Amino acid sequence: MNTLTARFDVQYATFHLRAAVDIPMQGVTAIFGPSGCGKTTFLRCMAGLERSSRGVIRFGDVVWQDEARRIFLPVVKRPIGYVFQEPRLFPHLSVRANLMYGFKRIPRKQRRLSVEGIVEILDLHGLLTRRPHHLSGGEQQRVAIGRALLTSPALLLMDEPLSSLDMTRKNEILPFLQRLNQDLRVPVLYVSHDLNEILQLAGHVVVIKEGTIVATGTIQDVFARLDLPGLVEPNVVGAVIETTVAAHEPQFGLTRVEFSGRSLCIPQQALPVGTSLRVQILARDVSLVVGVPASQSSVLNALEARVIEIRESRSDPYTVKVKLDVGCPLLAMITRKSLHQLKLHPGQKVQAHVKAVALRW
Amino acid sequence: MSVPEMDWVPVWLTMQLAGVTVVVLLLVGTPLAWWLAFTTSRFRTLVEAVVALPLVLPPTVLGFYLLVALGPHGLVGGPWKQLTGSPLSFTFTGLVIASTFYSLPFVVQPLHGAFESVGTKPLEAAWTLGASRFDAFLSVAAPMATRGFLSAVVLGFAHTLGEFGVVLMVGGNVPGVTKVLSIAIYDHVEVLEYTQAHVLSVFLLTFSFLILTIVYAINRRLPVHVS
Repeated sequence: MNTLTARFDVQYATFHLRAAVDIPMQGVTAIFGPSGCGKTTFLRCMAGLERSSRGVIRFGDVVWQDEARRIFLPVVKRPIGYVFQEPRLFPHLSVRANLMYGFKRIPRKQRRLSVEGIVEILDLHGLLTRRPHHLSGGEQQRVAIGRALLTSPALLLMDEPLSSLDMTRKNEILPFLQRLNQDLRVPVLYVSHDLNEILQLAGHVVVIKEGTIVATGTIQDVFARLDLPGLVEPNVVGAVIETTVAAHEPQFGLTRVEFSGRSLCIPQQALPVGTSLRVQILARDVSLVVGVPASQSSVLNALEARVIEIRESRSDPYTVKVKLDVGCPLLAMITRKSLHQLKLHPGQKVQAHVKAVALRW
Repeated sequence: MSVPEMDWVPVWLTMQLAGVTVVVLLLVGTPLAWWLAFTTSRFRTLVEAVVALPLVLPPTVLGFYLLVALGPHGLVGGPWKQLTGSPLSFTFTGLVIASTFYSLPFVVQPLHGAFESVGTKPLEAAWTLGASRFDAFLSVAAPMATRGFLSAVVLGFAHTLGEFGVVLMVGGNVPGVTKVLSIAIYDHVEVLEYTQAHVLSVFLLTFSFLILTIVYAINRRLPVHVS
């Protein structure tokens, strides 16, 4: 498997970005962090739109940049597709001509994706003869994604492609992005500050904060870490769990999903049994029960758990974060008083009551 | 009083001069305007000021320096005479060079504005799609700057039609070589041939008015490309 290796330093008047990461080149890797943290700069450096004075960027065996050896592959020479925050379609060209712009410019034998295929996946049939300014924002962004894909990139870079769109438009495009991921097998670096988008799309995540990479790994691992305060507070993610649809209980409007031998009830989903589904639990929606569990409870989702680690919350002295093992990592946010009363300690067996399971689209 | 025969020699000469000058101006002005629009060099302001100088200087000042430079002992005229055996001053070529300087701001400023409003964003998109810098200029920036090019060509042409002071200084008054419309009109007035002056003046007035009207009409219909 290819790896994208990046070690570089960019210094601007008010801003310093230090990057040192190895990113697996498969699936979607999210570049996540608050606005102004350096995510876009990171992506622009990858593309060669910005040049850091020091640094190395290597894509598999190919060196894209090595300032020590004065190597800098210009944008044109990098096998990338780039989707900007705004669609940046060429206003003087039709949608079809926009799509063909990059396609025409790559050698015939490097073309892995067909125009028909992309038009199909992104549902662009009805738009081909139109001019960009006659399209809605969502349609424009779909064309921009198609245009980038038609260069048959070895790596697709996306800079908050949904941020300029309203909720309806976002929901219109997200399914397309998921299909791209499944059908085309183009690795994607996806910049976003929107946790929902990331939870829905990404397998890996690189977290950037104030110009520094603070965490990198699979999405499940990163969001189960205790030492990343304020990442998405106050809604600290407790767990991101890959589940499988096990059964439906239509009389209660519920669907039961399973993961590592445990099960959760979620609001009923129109999905066939056996479908994979990613669910998210917020840390504040998890409460802990110690001792013989009551045989009756209104809480549907009670999971056998073991305490792994307890960590003070830096932002609030009266709450603590408890990391649990429920077959996968799960964070719970409880009050200091609860911690004191339950006398929690690492290794202890508890029950985690989950008040809400979100499918946060 | 009968309407006198129109003297077509200065008219034709003026059109030739304006036409050739516009071509030269596009070749020189386009890269210059591009550089001004996208450079981060600290010399940018200086170059901008130099380009704008002909707007404020009396044409005689510009003409005087050009005469000195283009003359047989001048900075440019000297080597030119050595090379070709003929001087630059009081020739058509000299006139083209002088007009190029004189009309430079009228071509560079609309192009500069047009390139700036195109901005780097569509260009970056073109580069990521595999277009070289020159390719991106031809296939994206130039078509997006169509209005700018149209204004540049028309203003450059029309302004060259109307020049007087610089031509008089550098070109003198050689019939069929440097005696353009504006000089011919001046000549007629000097010897009190008001009728001939009228004929040429009306022609120049009508012609200038017509091309400007046509251009503004076209410009109104062209789509505005802002991204």
